[in-house]
Amino acid sequence: MDTFINFFNAAVLAGTPLLFGTLGELLTEKSGNLNLGVEGMMFMGAISGLAAVFLLELGFGFEMSGGLAVLIAILFAFLAGALGALIFSILVVSFRTQQNVTGLILTIFGIGFGNFFGEFLGRFAPGHAVTISGLAREGFSGLHIPVLSDIPVLGPLLFQYNILVYLAIGIAIVMAIFLNRTRFGLNLRAVGESPATADAASINVTRYKYLATCIGGGICGIGGMYVSMITTGGAWVHNSIQGLGWISVALVIFATWSPSRALLGALVFGALSIMRFYLPLGIPMQIYDTFPYIATILVLIVTSIRQSKEHSPPGLLGVNYFREER
Amino acid sequence: MSRQSVSNINEPRVPFLRIARRHATPRRQAWLIRTVGLLAALFTGSLLILALGHNPIAVYLDMVDSAFGSRIGFNETVRIAVPLLGSALAVGLAFKMKFWNIGTEGHILIGGIAATYFALFHYDTLPVPVLLTVMGLAGAAAGGLWGLIPAFFRAKWNTNETLFTLMLNYVAFGFILFLQAGPWRRAGTDFPIIPMFEQAARLPRLFGIHIGWLLILSLTVLVYLYLNRSKQGYQLTVVGQSENTARYAGMNVGRIIMRTMLFSGAIAGFVGFIQVSGANFTLDETTAGGVGFTGITVAWLAHLNPLIMVLVAMFIAMLERGATRIQTTFMIPDAIASLLIGIILFFMLACEFFIHYRLVIRNRKGGH
Amino acid sequence: MNQQTSTFPAIQTQNLIKTFDKVVANDNVSFDVRRGEILALLGENGSGKTTLMNMLSGIYFPDSGSIEVDGKEVSIRSPKDAFGLGIGMVHQHFKLVDVFTAAENIVLGLPGKLFLDRKASTREIREISERYGFQLDPDKKIYNMSVSEKQTVEIVKVLYRGADILILDEPTAVLTPQETEQLFTTLRNMKADGKAIVIITHKLNEVLSVSDRVHILRKGKSIATVNTPETNQQELTEMMVGRAISLKIHRPLVEVKEDRLQISGLNCLSPEGVQALQNINFTLQSGEILGIAGIAGSGQKELCEALAGLYPVSSGSILYHPEGADTTDIVGKAPKEIRDMGITMAFVPEDRLGMGLVANMDMTDNVMLRHYDKGRGPFADRKRSRGLAEGLIDQLEIVTPGVSTPVRRLSGGNVQKVLLGREIDSAPRVLIVAYPVRGLDINSSYTIYDLLNEQKKRGVAVLFVGEDLDVLLELADRILVLCGGQVSGIVDAANATKEEVGLLMTQVPEEVDIS
Repeated sequence: MDTFINFFNAAVLAGTPLLFGTLGELLTEKSGNLNLGVEGMMFMGAISGLAAVFLLELGFGFEMSGGLAVLIAILFAFLAGALGALIFSILVVSFRTQQNVTGLILTIFGIGFGNFFGEFLGRFAPGHAVTISGLAREGFSGLHIPVLSDIPVLGPLLFQYNILVYLAIGIAIVMAIFLNRTRFGLNLRAVGESPATADAASINVTRYKYLATCIGGGICGIGGMYVSMITTGGAWVHNSIQGLGWISVALVIFATWSPSRALLGALVFGALSIMRFYLPLGIPMQIYDTFPYIATILVLIVTSIRQSKEHSPPGLLGVNYFREER
Repeated sequence: MSRQSVSNINEPRVPFLRIARRHATPRRQAWLIRTVGLLAALFTGSLLILALGHNPIAVYLDMVDSAFGSRIGFNETVRIAVPLLGSALAVGLAFKMKFWNIGTEGHILIGGIAATYFALFHYDTLPVPVLLTVMGLAGAAAGGLWGLIPAFFRAKWNTNETLFTLMLNYVAFGFILFLQAGPWRRAGTDFPIIPMFEQAARLPRLFGIHIGWLLILSLTVLVYLYLNRSKQGYQLTVVGQSENTARYAGMNVGRIIMRTMLFSGAIAGFVGFIQVSGANFTLDETTAGGVGFTGITVAWLAHLNPLIMVLVAMFIAMLERGATRIQTTFMIPDAIASLLIGIILFFMLACEFFIHYRLVIRNRKGGH
Repeated sequence: MNQQTSTFPAIQTQNLIKTFDKVVANDNVSFDVRRGEILALLGENGSGKTTLMNMLSGIYFPDSGSIEVDGKEVSIRSPKDAFGLGIGMVHQHFKLVDVFTAAENIVLGLPGKLFLDRKASTREIREISERYGFQLDPDKKIYNMSVSEKQTVEIVKVLYRGADILILDEPTAVLTPQETEQLFTTLRNMKADGKAIVIITHKLNEVLSVSDRVHILRKGKSIATVNTPETNQQELTEMMVGRAISLKIHRPLVEVKEDRLQISGLNCLSPEGVQALQNINFTLQSGEILGIAGIAGSGQKELCEALAGLYPVSSGSILYHPEGADTTDIVGKAPKEIRDMGITMAFVPEDRLGMGLVANMDMTDNVMLRHYDKGRGPFADRKRSRGLAEGLIDQLEIVTPGVSTPVRRLSGGNVQKVLLGREIDSAPRVLIVAYPVRGLDINSSYTIYDLLNEQKKRGVAVLFVGEDLDVLLELADRILVLCGGQVSGIVDAANATKEEVGLLMTQVPEEVDIS
C-alpha cells in the first residue's frame, strides 16, 4: 500500500506541471489557435516567478513568507506566460502569421528568455544561482489540511500535496464548467470551431482569441514556475523545463480537448514518467521515457481513424481567420 | 429625429483602420519593408543590451566581426550554417506541400544513428570512400523511412502531421539516449558516451571546413531545381495548394505525400550524417541541437526558396557565433542568441504582413 | 401586431450604391418591404441581389444612399446593428457550428446570464417551432442533420433573436420540392404573424407561388416593383433578362453520330453511405450535347465525377467506345489510368477554383495541369504551357495582366475561359461541363455556348450540366433529368417543354421508361 501511495504521489507531482501546460494549451486551442510555444512560455513563467521572489528578497533584504511568495510567484509566472502568448496573439491574430512557425519562434525566444535571465540574474546572487529563501520555499511544500490530511490512506493519497497541485485541479474544474456550462464558454468554442459562424453571431472573434490565448499562456507560465519552485526546489537550473511544454501539447490531444480528461491524462503521463522507478519491466529507462510520446501518437492515430466528431480538434485549429476573405 | 438623420449621414461609416490585401507589392518595396523590420528588431535588441550596460553598436559589431572578421570565425559560422541550411531544405519540401512537418530534428537524429552504426562497426571493413558513401546513404535512408511514418498515416487517415512528427522527435531522442547509455557506450567508462569516430569515418575537409558545406550547397541547387522545374516538384506544389485539384488532375495524392516526406526525411537524415561525420565525430543527444526547429524558421523566412535559405541560414549562424563571442568579451550570457534570434524572427514574420496587406486609414475629408 | 402596422414600410432603401473596385454591384437601388408581406427579390446571377442583402444585414456598408427602418434612417455597420433593428438574414451557406446542438447554435452569441439556461432556451425554441410549424429537435447535433433541418435551425435562430424582418438568400436552392413547400407554409405563417419577409431567388415559379410583390434587379439596378397577382412568368423574365425572351442559342445539327459512352446500372454511395446515384442508364453520343437537368444536389456532381474517375462506383459499368477500336469499361479506373488508356476525357467541374484550377498559381502552371507529366525526363516543360497559355489568351480573349498572374485575380468569366480552354485544348473525345456559365455575364455565357457548339461539331460528346432550363432547352440535343440520384427521364430538347422537364425534376415516374 505504501508503495502505491508513494507511486501515486510521485505521479501527481510529476503530472502537475504537465496539467498546467495542458490546460493552458487546451484553452488556447479552443479558440482555434495552435500555440506551439508552450515550452517557451513555461520557461518564461519559470524564471519570472522565481526571479520575482528572488529580486524582492534581494532588493529588500528580507525573507518572504511562504504564502506571499506563492502569490507573487503565481502572479509573475502568469504575467510572463501571458506576455509570451500576447506576442503570439499579436503576430497570429492581428498579423496573420503562420501559427506553427510563430509558436516555434516563441519557443526559441522563451528558452532564451529563461536561460538568459536565469544566468544573468544569478550573477547577483550570493551563491551565483537564482534561489529563494528557505522561508519562502515553505510556501511550496506539502500542505497539512486539518482533519483531511490525517485520514489514513486517503490523507496521504489526496490531501498532502503542495498548493499548486490543488490550484491546477481547481483550474481544470473551473475550465470544464466554463467551457460546457457558460455562455462565454460556448462562444469560445464556436470561435475555435467556426470563426465565421461566431462572427456572424456577433461574437468578437479577435477578442476571444486574444483572451483565451493570453490566459492560456499565463496558465502555462504557472506550470513553468512549478518546475522552478518545486521540481528544482526554488533554484534556477539551466534548461530545467526539458520538453515538458512539448508533452503538454501532446497531452491536449491525449485528452481530446477536454479539461476533465486532461486531469486523467496528466496523471497517466506523470505516472509514465516515473514508472521506471516503481515498475522496472526490464526495459531500458530511456526507452521507458518515450512511452508518453508513443501513447500520444497512438491516440492521434486512433482518433483520426475513428473520425469521431466529438473527440476531434476544434474545427479550424491552426487556421487564421480573416473576415473579409470569407 | 431629422437632426439625427443629418448627423448620421455625416458620421464616418467606414471603420477608421481597415486591412486590405495588396495585389502585388513591388520587389523593392518588399525589401524596404524587410529592412525596416530588421532595423526595428535590432533596435529592440539594443534596448536589451543597453539595459545590461553595454554599447549596442559595439556588441553588434563584435558579433559580426566574430562571424566574418577572421578565417577561423568564418569557418565556424559556416559550420553552424550547414545543418541549419540542410534542415531548412528538408522542411521546405514538406512545407511547400503544406505538410507541417516539425519532425526534422528527429530525422536528423535517426540519420545520425544510422550513419554512426557504420562508423562504429564497419570503419575497418570498408574502404574510406565506400564507408562515407554508405554512411551518407544509410543516414538518408533512415531519415526518409522515419519521415514516411507520419506521411503514411496522413495519407491514409488524415492523421494530424504536426503533432505526429513532433512526438516522433522524442522517440528518436530517447533512442539516442538509450544507445549512449547501453549498447554503444564507450568501453571502460560509466559516462553515457559513444566513442569518437575513427579517422576513416570522418568527412574530409575542403578550404578548412568539413566538406559537408559543399554537399549541402549542391543539395540546395538540387532542391531548388526539384521544386521549381521538376514534374514531381510541380505535383507536390499542386497538392499543397489544393488536394482536390491534384486528384482531379489524376495525381495520386497519398503517394505524393509519402514520396515528398521520404525525400524531406532523407535530406534531414543526410544532415545527421554530416553532423556526426563532419562536425562532431560522434553521436550524442546534441547532434541535432535544435537545428531541426530553427531550420523551420529559416525555411519560412526564406519563403521556402532554397537559394534564399542560404542567406538566412548564414545570418542565423552569424548570430549564434556572435553570441558565443560576446559571452567572453562582454560577459553577456550566450543564451542571448536565442533571445535575439527570437526577436528578429518575430519582427521578420510581422514584416510579411505589411508586404501582403496594407492598412487603409479612412479618408477624413472624403466623406462619401 | 397592430402597433407595427404603421404607415411606414419595414424597410425602405433609397438610391443605394455599392462599388467593388471598378464594378458597380448596386446602382441606385430603391425598394421597400412592408410588414405582413412576402417580397421576392428577383434577378439573375450577378444582378446585385446578394450585395443588396449584405448591406441590409451589416456585412457591407453602402457607398451612398439611405436605408430606413420603420421610417427612420439608420446606419447598419455590423450584423449586430442589423439584429438590433430586427433584421435577420438566413444565408445561403449556413453559418452553423457542426458539433453544437440546434439549441446551442440558436443561443450562440446572445447576451445573457453567465450560465446557460438550456431548459429555458429549449422551451422557447419549442414554442417558436410550434407557432410557425417547424419540425425541429433542439438537442440534435448539426452534423446529424439534413440540409433542410439545418435551414430550419437558421430560420429559428433569426426568429429567436426577435427578428421581425427576415431575409432569405436563395432558400430553396438546396431543398427538395416537398421541403420547399414546407418552407413556404412556414413563411406564410410568419407573414400572417406580421413579419416582413424578403426572399431572394431567381426561380420564377416560386416567386409566383409565394410572394405578394416582386422587386426586380438587373445589372445592379432597380427595374420595377410589381404586384405578384398582376404579373406572369413571361413579364418577369423580360424584366429580369432585359429583352423579349428568346435567348436564341444556336443549336447546330450534326448528322453522323455514334455511341461514345454507354452507362448502365451505375450505382454510387456517398462517403456517408447514402445512395448518391441509383441505377443510372444512358448513352452519350458523339456530336451531341446531352443536357443534365435537376434540382441542385440531385446527383449531378456525383455523376460527373464518377464518369471522370473521381467518385467511387459501387456497381455498374461505363463503357467507352472509341472510333474503330474495342470497347473498354472504365469503371473503377483512376483519371490517370483512363488517360493512359488513350481516352481523352475533359472535365470542367463546378468548383472552378477549388478543383479545376489552382487559385494561387498563374495561368502557365494551371494550363500545365493537364500535361505536366508529358515528355521524358524528370523535368516539366513550362515553355510549352506558357505558349499554350498565351495562345488561349489570344483565342478566347481572356482579360489578364499576363500569363504570370495568379488565376484567382481574374474575373469569373475569364477564369472559366482558362479552364474550358485548357480542357478543350486536350482534344477530348468526351467533354463534361458542370454549370459552366454560373456567375458569368451574358456575353461570357454566349462565348461558352459557342465553344461548346464548336466541340460538338467536331464530333465531341458533350455532357452539359445546367441549372437554367431555358438554356438547356435551346442548347442541348437531349436532356437527361435527374431526381434524387435517379434518372427520371430523357427528353428530346427540341420538342420538350419547360413544364415537362420541370415535372421530371421533382418526381420519378412510376414506370421508368428509358428510350
